[in-house]
Amino acid sequence: MKLKKDDFALNYTNSHGGERLSDEELKAIKRMAHKNSRKMDGWGWAFVICNTIFLVLFTIVTLYPVWNTVAYSFNDGLDAVRGGIYLWPRKFSIESYNKVLNIQGFMVGAKITVLRTVLGTLTSLIANALLAFIMSRKRFLFRSSLSLFWIITMYVNGGMIPVMLLFRYLHLTSSFWVYIVPGMVSAFNVMVLRTYMEDLPDELEESAQLDGAGYITIFIKIISPLCKPVYATIALFVAVWQWNSWFDAMLYNRMKTEYTTLQYELMKLLNSVMQTSGSANGNNNTSTAKQVTPVSVRSAATVVTMVPIICIYPFLQRYFVTGLTIGGVKG
Amino acid sequence: MANEADQIVNTEEAAVENEINAEAETTETATETVIAENVETVAETAETTEGNAIDDAYEVENYAKEAYEHTSTLSEAQIKALSKKKISKGELKRQWVLLLISFIFVLYGLLFYYLPLGGWVMAFQNYKLKSGLLHSKFVGFDKFKFMFEFDVFEWGLETTGNIFSAMKIWIDKVVFIRAIRNTIGMGILNLVTTFIMAIVFAILLNEVKNKLGKKLVQTISYLPHFLSWIIVCGIIHDSLSSTGIVNELLRFFHIVDDSYNFFAHQAWFWPIVAFSNVWKETGWNAIIYLAAITAIDPSLYEAAEIDGAGRWGKIRYITLPSIAPTIVILLVMNIGNLLNCGFEVQYLLGNGLVQDVSQTIDIYILNWGVGQMDYSLGTAAGIFKSVVAILLILIFNTVVKKMGQESLF
Repeated sequence: MKLKKDDFALNYTNSHGGERLSDEELKAIKRMAHKNSRKMDGWGWAFVICNTIFLVLFTIVTLYPVWNTVAYSFNDGLDAVRGGIYLWPRKFSIESYNKVLNIQGFMVGAKITVLRTVLGTLTSLIANALLAFIMSRKRFLFRSSLSLFWIITMYVNGGMIPVMLLFRYLHLTSSFWVYIVPGMVSAFNVMVLRTYMEDLPDELEESAQLDGAGYITIFIKIISPLCKPVYATIALFVAVWQWNSWFDAMLYNRMKTEYTTLQYELMKLLNSVMQTSGSANGNNNTSTAKQVTPVSVRSAATVVTMVPIICIYPFLQRYFVTGLTIGGVKG
Repeated sequence: MANEADQIVNTEEAAVENEINAEAETTETATETVIAENVETVAETAETTEGNAIDDAYEVENYAKEAYEHTSTLSEAQIKALSKKKISKGELKRQWVLLLISFIFVLYGLLFYYLPLGGWVMAFQNYKLKSGLLHSKFVGFDKFKFMFEFDVFEWGLETTGNIFSAMKIWIDKVVFIRAIRNTIGMGILNLVTTFIMAIVFAILLNEVKNKLGKKLVQTISYLPHFLSWIIVCGIIHDSLSSTGIVNELLRFFHIVDDSYNFFAHQAWFWPIVAFSNVWKETGWNAIIYLAAITAIDPSLYEAAEIDGAGRWGKIRYITLPSIAPTIVILLVMNIGNLLNCGFEVQYLLGNGLVQDVSQTIDIYILNWGVGQMDYSLGTAAGIFKSVVAILLILIFNTVVKKMGQESLF
C-alpha cells in the first residue's frame, strides 16, 4: 500500500500557508505515517507470516538436533540402534551415562578440562587486562609501538610446524602447560579491553596520581572495578575457547593420556563412527554399530560435554553482546 | 519511488553537512585543547621534579606562556612533538612500572609470536631434527617445487595447448593444488553463506515486534556457537546418517526408498561444510548487525515513513545502507581468515571417499608436516598460506578504501 503524499504533508503546508508545523502536529503526522507504513494489508500480513515461519523454522533447525541427542542419550543402548527416536526416549535408561563415566580417560579428561578452563581463564584475564591497561595509558611513551607490536600478531603467524617445534624446544609438549602458557595473550581480547579502558575518564587516573598512587594501584583499585563487565566478557570468551579446544591435546599431548581433554576424548569416540561413513554402504546398520561406540553412549558423552556451557551461556548474554560490539564495531 | 529515494538522499546530505560543520568546529577547538594539554603536562613535570616549589611555580607559568605563544607560529605536528618531549622528562620516573611490564610482554610476544617466523628458514632447508636449524642443508626452493609440481602444469600446457585444461590436469594430479582449490572454494562458500544468513537473520529478527519471542529466538540462535566443532560435527553427522532426521524426512516424502549416504558423494561435501558453518555461527554473527541496527537514528525511519516507505522500503533505504560500513569492516576482517576457515570440519567430517574435495591446506600440513614428519614441507605450505592471507587482506583493504568505505588501516 503506497502512502499518498498529498494526504498529509502537502495539504498540511497548504492549509497553513507554509508555516512551520507545531510539535503536536508533527507528531500527529509521524504517528499517521508510522501507522500507514505498518498497515496490515495483504503484503503486510504476508511479510509477518513468512517472517514468523522463517524464524520458527530457524529455531527448530537449531534446537532439534541438540534435543534429539539428549533423547538418544537417555534411551536404552540396544534399542537406540534401531533409530526412530525423535523428541523423547523410547526405552528410558541411564545406562549410557554409567558407561560414559566408566570410559577410561573420560574422567581424566574432565578433570584436565576443568583445570585448564579455570586456570587458563584466570591467567589469561590477568595478562590481557594488564597489557590493555598499559596500552590504554594515554601518556605512556611506547603506547603506539606496543599496540603495533601486538596488532601484527593478529595477522602474521609462524604456522603450525614452526610453532610445534618451538613448543618442543621449550618442553611445552607432553605437559599440561601447553594449554595455558602459549594462549595467554590474545591480541583481539587485548584490543577489546583497551577500547573499553580508553573510554573511561582520564581524570580518574590523574586524581589518583595526585594522591600518590602508582600505576599498579591505579590498575587494581581504580580501573579494574570499573571494567567488571568487559572482564566478564573476556573471561567468557577464553573459558569457552578453553573448554572447547581439542586440537592442542591431539597435536601436543597425543601420547600423554594423563593430559587428555574432554573434547579430545569425545572426538575419539565420534571419529570411530565418522570415518566408517565413507565406506560404500557405510550406514549405521547393526553390524557396524556394534564395532563402533553405540549411538546412545556417543550421545551421552556429547551431552556431558556440552551441558556445563549450555547451562551458563543464557545468563551471560549481555556480557558477550557488549564485548562483541566493542570488538567488532570499534576495534 | 525515485522521488522518495531523492528525499532520503537529501536528508542524508543534510546530515553530512552538519557533520562537516561539526568537524570544522572541532578542528578549531583542537588547537586549543593541544595548548591546554601542553600546559597540563608542563604542570605535571613541575610536580614531579624536586626543588623549590615557588621557583617551579613561576617557571611553570612561564612555560605555559611560552607554549601558548608558540602555538601561533608552530604547526600542530610541532606542538605534538614538543608536548611529547615534555612528557618524557617527568613521566619517565613514574612510568618505570609500565615499562617493565610491557618489556615482559614484548619478550613473551617475541618468543611465542615472532620467533616462529624465524622457523620459516626451514622451508628452504632439508630440515632434520638432529642437525637443527643451524646445520640442516639448504635446498633453496626445492620444497616449493615438490609441493606445486609445476612440471605437471607445463606438461598439461604442452599436450593440450590450453591454459584451462592444463589447470584442470594440474588440479586433478597434484594434491597441494587440489588443497588450495578446496581451501579457497570452501572458504568463499562459507564466507558468503554465513555473511548473508547473519544479515538476513538480523534484519528479520529486528522486524519482530513481540519482545519475548524475539529474546527467545535470539537466545536459542547463540546456542550452537558455544558447542565445540566436535559436537557440531557429531550432530551434523547423526542428522545425515541413515537413521537421522534428514533421511527420515526423505523417506517420509518418498524421495528415497532406503537412505541416502551424504558422506559418500563428493558433490555434497562443500554444501555440508557450509551448512555446518551457517548452523553454528548465524546467531552469533548476527549480534553485531543487531547492535548496528539498534544504533540507527529513529528519525531516519520517521523521515522514510513520512515519505511513504513501507517495511521493504525502510529495510532497503535505511537499514541496509546504515549497516553497510559494519558489513564492510567485518568482510575485510574475515577475508584474512578465508584460508583459515577450512580445518576442523573438513578434518572431522572428511573420509576416504571425499578426500579429493575435503583436503585443505591445513590438512595437507598436518598430513605431511606432522604425519610424515617432513617439517620443511609443512613449513613451506604454511608460508604459502600466510603470504596469501596477508595479500588478500592488503588487496581487499585497498579496494575498500578506493570505494570510499571505512577500512582497517
